[in-house]
Amino acid sequence: MGESGLTSEQIAFQKHARGWLEENAPPPPPIRLPLMAIEVMHEAQRDYLQSWQRRCYEAELVGTDVPREYGGWGREGCQRIANQEMSRAGTPFMINIVGLTMAVPTILVHGTESQKKLLIPGALTGEEIWCQGFSEPGAGSDMANQQTSAIRQGEDWLVNGHKVWTSLGHFAKWMILITRTSKEHKYDGLTYFVCPIEGHPGVSVRPLIKITGETGFNEVLFEDVIVPDSLRLDEVGKGWTVAMTTLTYERGAAEGAGGGGQGGDPTQRLIALARESWRDGVRASDDPVTRDALVQQAIVYEGIRMNMRRAKVPALNDHPMRLPLQSKLTGSEASQNAARLGVEIAGVHSTLYKKDPKAPEAGHWPLAYLNSYGGTIAAGTNEIQRNILGERVLGLPKSK
Amino acid sequence: MNQPSPVPRNFGFGSEEEMLRDLARQFLDENMPVEKLRGLAAPDPEPIYDDGQLPGWDQQVWNQVIELGWPGLAVPEHLGGSDFSLVGIVGLVEEVGRHALPSPLISTLNASWVLRSAQTKEADPFLQSLASGTPASLAMTGSRGGVEPGEVDVEARSTPAGVCLDGVSFFVQDASKCELFLVFARQGEGLKLCVVPREAAGLRIEQDQIHDVTRDQATLYFEGVEVNSASVVSDSGLATLQRAWPGLLCLVSADLCGTSEWQLQTTVEYAKNRKQFERPIGFFQAVKHPLVDAMIEIDRARSLLYHAASLVDADHPDAELSARMAKSAASDAGAYISDRSVQLHGGIGFTWECDLHIFFKRSLHNQALYGDGVHQRRRLADFLVGPIDR
Repeated sequence: MGESGLTSEQIAFQKHARGWLEENAPPPPPIRLPLMAIEVMHEAQRDYLQSWQRRCYEAELVGTDVPREYGGWGREGCQRIANQEMSRAGTPFMINIVGLTMAVPTILVHGTESQKKLLIPGALTGEEIWCQGFSEPGAGSDMANQQTSAIRQGEDWLVNGHKVWTSLGHFAKWMILITRTSKEHKYDGLTYFVCPIEGHPGVSVRPLIKITGETGFNEVLFEDVIVPDSLRLDEVGKGWTVAMTTLTYERGAAEGAGGGGQGGDPTQRLIALARESWRDGVRASDDPVTRDALVQQAIVYEGIRMNMRRAKVPALNDHPMRLPLQSKLTGSEASQNAARLGVEIAGVHSTLYKKDPKAPEAGHWPLAYLNSYGGTIAAGTNEIQRNILGERVLGLPKSK
Repeated sequence: MNQPSPVPRNFGFGSEEEMLRDLARQFLDENMPVEKLRGLAAPDPEPIYDDGQLPGWDQQVWNQVIELGWPGLAVPEHLGGSDFSLVGIVGLVEEVGRHALPSPLISTLNASWVLRSAQTKEADPFLQSLASGTPASLAMTGSRGGVEPGEVDVEARSTPAGVCLDGVSFFVQDASKCELFLVFARQGEGLKLCVVPREAAGLRIEQDQIHDVTRDQATLYFEGVEVNSASVVSDSGLATLQRAWPGLLCLVSADLCGTSEWQLQTTVEYAKNRKQFERPIGFFQAVKHPLVDAMIEIDRARSLLYHAASLVDADHPDAELSARMAKSAASDAGAYISDRSVQLHGGIGFTWECDLHIFFKRSLHNQALYGDGVHQRRRLADFLVGPIDR
């Protein structure tokens, strides 16, 4: 492709990934898939996506850069290429998004040898789905205000508390869990565990209903749950540091173990919608205001792609975290604005719910718009992201 | 846009480009600090705005710029230039914008870029002249402010010795500093590209009164200006200008990115130091968050800019599309940080004594030059959505 800067191994891998995806694109799903893995609700969706992840794993597109002794493929700098190729091919996303982009990288940094061998292989194949226990009713943007307690009892810990907004909790085998082990210190009183979820005594998972009326995430209650000390990640009181590693990967500031797939630039889809939508007697695609909005959207998405490229050119980055720390914020707002534009273009047709056969594109745009607030709130609200950028990159005083 | 582009993933910004940019940063930090700029360009408003005096600039700095070889960056080596990549030139122009340098450098780089795009032998001596430090500017804009190739109001008539020019060329950048003008003149269906020296008989230069104090601008009146055939550098001026257009958009976008970054950093410093309610105002999210939003817009523009310049360097068919995206983003980022920089400085930001106004006006000028964001997006819509079906 004439792309310099790739090693010969990376070029060969890119060729392999592209070829494999062309030949092995999956059959259409049995039921409509949601936009993101964190919204997977039905068992049929799960089964379909789990089998796709396994095939991608076997084709070495998942766990690509993870060492072989932990079930990975031991390459270097190839996961990013696999993700790009999956996006390019428009194949389905990886269902085990929490496992691949948060748990595995965190365990690789902070886990013991036996933890790595126990936990990573199942996350890569997709057999063991992961969820994240970082949010509580009283700990949202103020993430260090965790109240779920873990009390030492010999070789075990006794966990009690309440986690919320737990995507994939109803399918999860494991949770990455932050607990409070000391009330003396806000930050240094936190300890990070991996906790068994499915069928584990004292753990109950209950669905929460989103603004769309759909389920898709959960609350998880812990009542005298026993977690062995062997499932603690890093030291007691180091939970905040471990959580920061997880968040660096969650917010896209570093490459994880996989997770590429659909969710790319919606511009072409919006243009197609505009060609078929009418606005005051003309096609929306001929309306200058709509055209301007479509092009603005295209520029934002192209800007995100080029930011990713520029982030890898040190000479064009005065501050190394300036671009990486923007990615969650810009990505989620781009999706939200794109969905909002879809609603506007569809006009009065966007009043129709997905079950109405008259709804254009099966009611995609209004639901995507409502769901887009998941992106702008989750993983640190975009207001928190702006604080982080203002403080860590621009050096402004802390807003607290 | 979805095809993989045959350009280097680092945009071709390698060690030479980095050295040039760092040298420019160091040279301009030393030779055009903002205190000096203020004294040169904006000592008092009356002479400039009431008496029509031209704002000052430093001829000595320009002489040093010539010695550094910057006017010849886009000129081929055999003509005395250094044949630098556009990506490298863009890196330098960002620094020029960041220091709001008043000089004929940008207009000369633009002129050399167009001459190079003419791809004719006749252009060579002029490229050589520009590389050796003769300042030049483009005369290509018509009375309606047309900012697209070909909207000119100068007519060329054939004569035994060459052509004779009549008409008016508008919005000529830094005309008072330039010795040569690259004039686009209509002849029949085509455009001729002619080089006219400022002393040419029949050429009258009338300075415009403008807001920006870091440049000047003029209207050129041609009344029977004779141009000999050696100075008619192209008979296919439209094709020349179309080839040059993406590069011109990149150069002005780079200047915008530079002023924007200065405005951002200056306002951030102010927000760290200025105290109200016993705290630095940057503590307040009503101050912090807009600065982050401005940073995001500037970064989008810079990333699009380097991509566009790399496509120009690769002669890629998407170069124009990318350059228009870059100019749209750079104009909008410039408008946003200009707005926030003054507002977040409060009362002092509204005064002449605060340096913000210098950068605000340079940015405002560049936002409009060669088409603002709305203009670029109108053209982009034709590419991306398709022409309007009437």
